[in-house]
Amino acid sequence: MKTEQPLEGKILTPTFLICCLIFLISLIFMAKRFLYGLGAVSNMSDGYPWGLWIAFDVVIGTALGCGGYAMALLVYVFNKGEYHPLVRPALMTSLFGYSLAGVAVVIDVGRYWQLYNIFLPWYMNPNSVLLEVALCVGAYVAVLWVEFSPTFLTKFGADNAKAFMNKIMFVFIALGILLPTMHQSSLGTVMVVTGSKLSPLWWTRLLPLLFLISCIFLGYAIVVFESSITGSRYPIHDETDLLGKVSGVMAWLIAIYLVIRLADVVIRGHLNLAFRGDLLGNMFLLENILLLIPMAVLFVPANLKNARVMFLCAVSIVLATVLFRFNTYIIGFDPGDGWHYFPSVGEIFISLGIVSMEIMAFLWFIKRLPIYRRL
Amino acid sequence: MKIKRRDFLKGLAGSAVLAMAPPAIASSSEKNRLPDALGILYDSTLCVGCQVCMVACKRANNMPLEFYGPQKRWDNPVDLSSKTLNIIKVYENGTPKEKDREIDGYAFVKRHCMHCVDPACVSACPASAMTKDTKTGIVSYNKNACIGCRYCQVACPFNIPKFEWDNPFPKIVKCQLCSHLLAKGQIPACSNECPTGASLFGPVADLVKEAERRQNMTAGKYYEFPVSEISSTKKQVHKAKKYIPKIYGENDGGGTQVLMLAGVSFDKLGLPMLPDRSYTAIAENIQHTLYKGMILPIVAFGGLIFLVKRAEKKKKE
Repeated sequence: MKTEQPLEGKILTPTFLICCLIFLISLIFMAKRFLYGLGAVSNMSDGYPWGLWIAFDVVIGTALGCGGYAMALLVYVFNKGEYHPLVRPALMTSLFGYSLAGVAVVIDVGRYWQLYNIFLPWYMNPNSVLLEVALCVGAYVAVLWVEFSPTFLTKFGADNAKAFMNKIMFVFIALGILLPTMHQSSLGTVMVVTGSKLSPLWWTRLLPLLFLISCIFLGYAIVVFESSITGSRYPIHDETDLLGKVSGVMAWLIAIYLVIRLADVVIRGHLNLAFRGDLLGNMFLLENILLLIPMAVLFVPANLKNARVMFLCAVSIVLATVLFRFNTYIIGFDPGDGWHYFPSVGEIFISLGIVSMEIMAFLWFIKRLPIYRRL
Repeated sequence: MKIKRRDFLKGLAGSAVLAMAPPAIASSSEKNRLPDALGILYDSTLCVGCQVCMVACKRANNMPLEFYGPQKRWDNPVDLSSKTLNIIKVYENGTPKEKDREIDGYAFVKRHCMHCVDPACVSACPASAMTKDTKTGIVSYNKNACIGCRYCQVACPFNIPKFEWDNPFPKIVKCQLCSHLLAKGQIPACSNECPTGASLFGPVADLVKEAERRQNMTAGKYYEFPVSEISSTKKQVHKAKKYIPKIYGENDGGGTQVLMLAGVSFDKLGLPMLPDRSYTAIAENIQHTLYKGMILPIVAFGGLIFLVKRAEKKKKE
């Protein structure tokens, strides 16, 4: 069996340098935010207190980081050891997605200097959905670094430490499945309290279930997406067989999700809102069509052998789940009183800066650490 | 593949049951009015729009002035903000000739924190910065606990908590029913200085009775109305207007400690139309069903440890 190895090669590629530049620009906006307050760089307001940073960097960022969770479900809960080669790359994206969501939270919260209050028992509010999200995400970031530690230990040849880590790893693997199940569903529950401020196309008490199922198939889509891209640019072992199986699982999950999603809107009697031709209706249709098409495609067995088709399906699924979260947190949210929101240049640059950081770290990791199976 | 699908369905069915459970055991999270709750009864038909309450509020709470338009001479906020805790707004329709009439009329409305029976902000806040007094039911804010996440703003159905967007060291700002004055035996500044009794302070139980009395008044007849405080001996005689047959806040959104009466329907006055069961209760129900005593997560954790061990054993073989 082939083992994972660094892909080697130059670090300072054009892609890396462009990311570096965007990151430097974002630093200027970050400085402005900390010197003059959130209003100086963002378009957030008392009507839209949450903008791009929470919706994209935190809610979507952590969902995009669900590859590790979704693969762990397959390998450990459903006992499918053959998927093991896909775990390490997936874990790496999770690591970045979640760690940088943490960075985004520090930028976003107003009173960041006392952010640690949520870890102090006398300040904790057990009724708060957001507290559960914060604690679980915080704990999961730590768990991800522990889960990923053997990769570092291999690089530095610390064999004893690695053996010890491998012995206790089962606890962290179990936590690595439990924690995302808790906080990814809770990210849906977060918006339940908004009630009438959220369009009935998205407000449902099933939000936690919808967020949970969608983060799992999103996790698989990310694994397919990333393996395809890395596979086209670097000499790594061809995983098309495994990706085909993962895509098959994905199709079934999407089918279950869509049945629940549509039945819920129909039973609550709001399907008419979807066909009014306005922004919200169209967003709802788009979000679900972007799932419906890849689902249909992936139900055809022949397509599960075609890497290109699977890649395109994965792209569509990623877009759909990202849109679902944007819709639930921003587009479908209307506080009334004529408030409007569109992210400012500063907000967009800070988000881009965080994504750039992620890409730079990704490039360094795959070239210097044993992540992928080389040819 | 076949087995995998079936296992997947099993797992999903389990989580589906969990998420569907809340509606079945509804009402368990609903909160009742506190017996000694304090509040305000705002009667739009008595309000003359003089805005003395706004001036009094700013003075009592040391709030900065807020300017709108080119002339920066006098405080003239257009809405609630981090500088304005209380505001009088006006509804106008057509040729606004007559007060408290929906068509070709106008009416005033006073907006500030409603001090909900089951406040969304208190439930939402991860750091317990928003608290509801267990006796008076007043919803207060503690900046030393607050992390500035603004979930209270997202959650509040009345858009009451405001954030200092232009301050590098910001805090949330909201009406706290002049708790600092109550501690000194005084009453909220807005009610204290209201000349007509439109803003009436008192125990919520008494305010509800007073609101019911007004609902039963015959329009056009003269009645006595207490000024400032429900127990006050200072009374004024007014001609009763025709009230909308509704006490806003009696049950809306699970009930509020600030109650309102008006001659114009409340949605026209800009108040949200909320179901009687608070969204707070719905959200807490989901949360409590899944996480009560952390039993479910702990059981799940045990199950996962077993599954991971099993998978690792298989890998070694």
